[in-house]
Amino acid sequence: MKISAIITLKKDVLDPQGKVIHKTLDGMGFKGINEVRQGKYFEVDVKENDPSKAKKIVEDMCKKLLANLVIEDYQIIETQ
Amino acid sequence: MKSSVITFPGSNCDRDMNVALTKFGFKNKMVWHDDNELPKSDLVVLPGGFSYGDYLRCGSMASKSKIMQSVISFAKSGGLVMGICNGFQILVETGLVPGVLLRNKYLEFICKNVFIKVDNKDNPYFKHIDKNVFEFHIAHNEGNYFCTQDQLKEIEDNNQIAIYYCNKEGQTEDQFNPNGSIKNIAGIFNKGKNVLGMMPHPERMIDQSLSGEDGSLFFKNLINNIK
Repeated sequence: MKISAIITLKKDVLDPQGKVIHKTLDGMGFKGINEVRQGKYFEVDVKENDPSKAKKIVEDMCKKLLANLVIEDYQIIETQ
Repeated sequence: MKSSVITFPGSNCDRDMNVALTKFGFKNKMVWHDDNELPKSDLVVLPGGFSYGDYLRCGSMASKSKIMQSVISFAKSGGLVMGICNGFQILVETGLVPGVLLRNKYLEFICKNVFIKVDNKDNPYFKHIDKNVFEFHIAHNEGNYFCTQDQLKEIEDNNQIAIYYCNKEGQTEDQFNPNGSIKNIAGIFNKGKNVLGMMPHPERMIDQSLSGEDGSLFFKNLINNIK
């Protein structure tokens, strides 16, 4: 089954790319933005059909490789 | 004195490092990332470059490669491991040195000479060196050193900050910080001071006619310290 993970920078970590995107959007006329934070999205198709087990596997991947927990948070989403 | 330079797919300073180490008397071996065993070494170097195309996070893939298991055990048993630039990024991903390297503050790839100040000489890398400010070269996109406040306190308490970005006179004000690193940090040690990660490239400063010789001072001192 497919499990998705969203990795984002922790709140107190500077996200210069997000800042630039914010400024650009602002310049394009998208006024009223409080903040833009950029992240990464992963979709992992695992050979496991039990949702909670599948999530656990992807969570382990997040901890060990996909995210760097010093600066990033992850969020697991079951997609299928 | 024996050294090993690890080559990852995408490393591009490995051969420069080989030239530098050999020039100052190391018997150097090039080691492929997919090898299991590390040759007998007094020093292991993780060179600069763009290992695995900087995919995911700089250094993250390389930190999981086969040879790194041996490098990590070597470091944990007290062996000298030095990571330069991408090598520093690999070191933080292994957890051998604390913190992470974020994108440069102003989102620019920086390629220029900088001055760095050596703060701590109580270690095998800078012991006995009779200079405090060096001119080295940097070339990176992700060199913005970051760590949590707790980690910062810990590395400061343990004197783990190896070098700072500064000006010619050794002043470490904000304006001499090229990439936004916390406290102008350009390089740090692990707790045991046997592992050093730094963004500047000493191997690019070993020839008077090409660059400068501050790297020569560094390598000459290093081999004397290891002997």
